[in-house]
Amino acid sequence: MTDWIEACGAGDIDEEDVIRFDHGGRTFAIYRSPDDEYFATDGLCTHEKVHLADGLVMDEIIECPKHNGRFNYKTGAAKGAPVCLNLRTYPVKLEAGKVYLQIG
Amino acid sequence: MDAGMVIIGAGECGGRAALALREHGYDGPISLIGEEAHLPYERPPLSKEAIVGADVPVAKTILTAERVADAGIEFIGSSRAVAIDRAAKNVRLADGRALAYDKLLLATGAVPRRLSLAVAGPRVAYLRTFDDALAIRARLTPGSRVVIVGGGFIGLELAASARKRGAAVTVLEAQPRILMRGVPADIAATVHALHADNGVEIACGEGIAAIRDDGDVRIRLANERVIEADLVVIGIGAAPVTALAESAGLAIDNGIAVDGRLRTSDAHIFAAGDCCSFPLAIYGGRRVRLEAWRNAQEQGALAARNMLGAELEHTAVPWFWSDQYEFSLQIAGLAEGASSAVRRDLGGGAFILFHLAADGQLLSASGIGPGNAVARDIRLAEMLIARQARPDPSELTSSDVKLKKLLAA
Repeated sequence: MTDWIEACGAGDIDEEDVIRFDHGGRTFAIYRSPDDEYFATDGLCTHEKVHLADGLVMDEIIECPKHNGRFNYKTGAAKGAPVCLNLRTYPVKLEAGKVYLQIG
Repeated sequence: MDAGMVIIGAGECGGRAALALREHGYDGPISLIGEEAHLPYERPPLSKEAIVGADVPVAKTILTAERVADAGIEFIGSSRAVAIDRAAKNVRLADGRALAYDKLLLATGAVPRRLSLAVAGPRVAYLRTFDDALAIRARLTPGSRVVIVGGGFIGLELAASARKRGAAVTVLEAQPRILMRGVPADIAATVHALHADNGVEIACGEGIAAIRDDGDVRIRLANERVIEADLVVIGIGAAPVTALAESAGLAIDNGIAVDGRLRTSDAHIFAAGDCCSFPLAIYGGRRVRLEAWRNAQEQGALAARNMLGAELEHTAVPWFWSDQYEFSLQIAGLAEGASSAVRRDLGGGAFILFHLAADGQLLSASGIGPGNAVARDIRLAEMLIARQARPDPSELTSSDVKLKKLLAA
């Protein structure tokens, strides 16, 4: 079993936005969707290792700040050139106003 | 029967087009002709990672050999197309072979403008290809003296990379300031200061009288100053490759002239990327030519779909980026015709300049800052530009107002 890691407060992320979360030498991106759900993926774009948290969230898409590689942050699916590798996603739960990640 | 699709030029644009043809269901023959031996690869790293990386670089391929094989694309490398027979609908290669086409895409790109004063050689280099980057990298050693002719993006990115490798760097720019073409003066000044802080000498307004290469290169300036160098790299812009199109009788206008659907004056021949000029609807149909990675990628994919009959208009907003040291610059749109500019400060030294037309239309956004500090707002600005929005200038300048809100307005 893997532990849940406390990442941030629920209010630390605006709706339809993303923040960066570093833990144990790894970097993640945590998203809050327009319908107020929380999601998490690896923090770096699969194209050129750029931090996705500097990118733009539109609906369920995160766009890399560098070359506009696009991913569905709910599923990790790459949405076309220049990205072809999917992002890894992680389970997220909300408890007492805190966001927890299971990063295994 | 279907003679197939032929793509001349195997760079970003041609490579993306070949893939896009398959992605959109085309199952006939595809031939991709490239002058270089390499499979299509990304050029942006050539002035950056390929120079500074600790290991000898490998080309960042768009299409691996496996993918080419899986997709059934015939890649014809180290090969040159020498003539197009429009009546017979075929392309003749330098080796005498003729390839029949149903639709043809010209993705011939651009080549560096040559400096007539200098003969290219091992110590006088240009940067366009992966092999060029390897040759430049080999001569950049700690303490080597490098002179870069031209304070444009290629030259400045290379200057930053050369500093990271410990070379002494001088940039010579004939214009009164660096980045004269397409970059606002305030942003160019930030870039200039960044280079000065990193020990690069930038001399603007300096004409070159002569360049001599007799072991060491000696550059004599118009003001009689002589600079000695181990390596000179010339980056004074690029010219579209149009000779093949021209000899086939296609319309040329600052590049191969295409319509909004990337079709040349021959309905069976398309052109895309650095080699073509096209009308941009958001700026009233003004004809432009772009030398940019994203444009090459988007137009390659769009041309492929139109070769299959999709009839799509190219509507993308021009977008460009440059990385130098730990800073990144991004520009969306074109500032030409602007009557005013406003500035938005994002903290940490990052800022964006918005250029507006007299009627309030947002024409462009140019930003610079550490890391990707400006990326999100530039992307939002790009969407505002695409909508031909007329945002309130006071809201653009206030970093308390989220640009996303303006988009929703």
